[in-house]
Amino acid sequence: MRTTFIESLSQAASENPDIWLLCGDLGYSVLEPFAAKFPDRYVNVGVAEQNMAGVAAGIALSGKTVFIYSIGNFPTLRCLEQLRNDVCYHGADVKVVAVGAGYAYGSQGYTHHALEDAGIMSMLPGMEVFVPCDPMEVRAATRLIATSGKPSYLRLSRAGEPNLATIATDLRKPRILREGREIVILACGPIASRALEAAGELAGRGRDVGVVSVSCLKPLDEMAIRGVVRDASLIVTLEEHILRAGLFSLVAGAFAGDAVRPPITGIGIPEQGGKTSLAGSRDALLDAAGLSAQAIVARIEQSLARR
Amino acid sequence: MADILAVLYARILRVDPADPQAASRDRFVLSKGHAAAIMYATLAECGFFSPAELDTYCRDGSIFTGHISHAVPGIEVSTGSLGHGLPIAIGMALAARMEGAGSRVFCLLSDGECDEGSNWEGILFAPHHKLGNLCVIVDFNKIQSFGSVAEVLNLDPFAEKWKAFGWQVEEIDGHDLIALERALSGVPAASGWPTVVIAHTVKGKGVSFMENNLEWHYRSPSDELLAQALTEIGA
Ligand SMILES: Cc1ncc(C[n+]2csc(CCOP(=O)(O)OP(=O)(O)O)c2C)c(N)n1
Ligand SMILES: [Mg+2]
Repeated sequence: MRTTFIESLSQAASENPDIWLLCGDLGYSVLEPFAAKFPDRYVNVGVAEQNMAGVAAGIALSGKTVFIYSIGNFPTLRCLEQLRNDVCYHGADVKVVAVGAGYAYGSQGYTHHALEDAGIMSMLPGMEVFVPCDPMEVRAATRLIATSGKPSYLRLSRAGEPNLATIATDLRKPRILREGREIVILACGPIASRALEAAGELAGRGRDVGVVSVSCLKPLDEMAIRGVVRDASLIVTLEEHILRAGLFSLVAGAFAGDAVRPPITGIGIPEQGGKTSLAGSRDALLDAAGLSAQAIVARIEQSLARR
Repeated sequence: MADILAVLYARILRVDPADPQAASRDRFVLSKGHAAAIMYATLAECGFFSPAELDTYCRDGSIFTGHISHAVPGIEVSTGSLGHGLPIAIGMALAARMEGAGSRVFCLLSDGECDEGSNWEGILFAPHHKLGNLCVIVDFNKIQSFGSVAEVLNLDPFAEKWKAFGWQVEEIDGHDLIALERALSGVPAASGWPTVVIAHTVKGKGVSFMENNLEWHYRSPSDELLAQALTEIGA
């Protein structure tokens, strides 16, 4: 995802001389092509995320489109107030790009796990939030935010993620990864591949399961989501994020006022409160958090039984 | 950094592997939490846990995460997001002074980390509160994540900056064990001011292919290169 991002950004920057990129002393073996091609519009600001966000706001308020790049929590939580006041309040055209979504930095430990970032970013007034599930969506998201003129958050995983479907759609709309009507799993990010696995398993048991990638969390296209879950008797949300303020919260919020609606089962990372993190690959940590394909299947069966 | 930890743990810190939580212990805060491997190896060497446990480093289910974790005996705080260690160390130094048990607090920063504003807030705060029981060590290896310190964000004149903020400054060769012991033994400083030891180091010291090579901030050596490295440092 990182390389797809930087390729797409370089493409956008060659078409638009107002695109800048700032990084917080990160991006070794990723950002070099951009830095080499556009040395005047690239700055490594150092390990200083608060300064990076403020500087980005200043450049953006001078008429530019500024991307800031770092790992998970650093360009988001570390400089949260700069994003709220300097970027969002002023409507500055700043794009926050974080690598290492969820457990992507697996064994690196707690400080490098980004589990609340998308929710926190989605709470900022005026911030648009994109969580692409595959390189195809990363390309579309980068192009979209490069021209949207709005503060945006782009949440990337790391490297090696496969494309999960052959066709891309309008990134602001839900993208169908697998057709199915009875149960619809709405997923965001590369965890969608586990939704596909779970759906395959459930299909083997005679269930009709659809999987939909919701890469634009904010603004959430509620109309389009209502369309994809039209015939569902169960909606499931799946995210590599805590349930609070992420995909589940946003979807549940969208349906909360309906008199009649299918139940919504939220599957995400349990909040850790006080426990220390263990090492583990992304896969191992996801499994331990109850996000293995089998555990997802079991949760869905439970919800169906309770219906 | 291995040399700095060797001197700290062998000669300076009053910590007891048999009672790692003793109230009167000295505190060591490693703010550059990415240097976990060196930290864990040092603690194992000192007897905080068995060296055999190091084999689980970064493995599934291990407490030995890639950035230091306070789940590991002897680690005071988990770090990994740069610029957090010094403020915590300052808090510990304030509390220790109040307790009056004579605990000292040592905090190791990286040079790249000195880009973070949070450090400079702490650097301003500690002399204001005359925290003589606090000692910062800077691993001044002149390299950060995506370039040299000079290219990315120059710190020079570094010692002068600390002096201007009111610190007692020692500038030494960070691979000179005698100089390290002398500088660190001076804490708490007679002057009553907090001490900073600016340790000039070489990243990857002693291993020809790693020295000053940014690539090795990221890579893990193959078995073959590991063997070569161990030979070169005479392990
Ligand atoms: C707040 C924050 N921003 C960015 C990073 C990513 N990062 C990890 S190590 C590092 C810099 C490495 O250089 P330095 O700090 O000088 O450490 P050393 O040379 O001692 O290894 C960076 C930017 C981080 N860990 N925390
Ligand atoms: Mg350094």
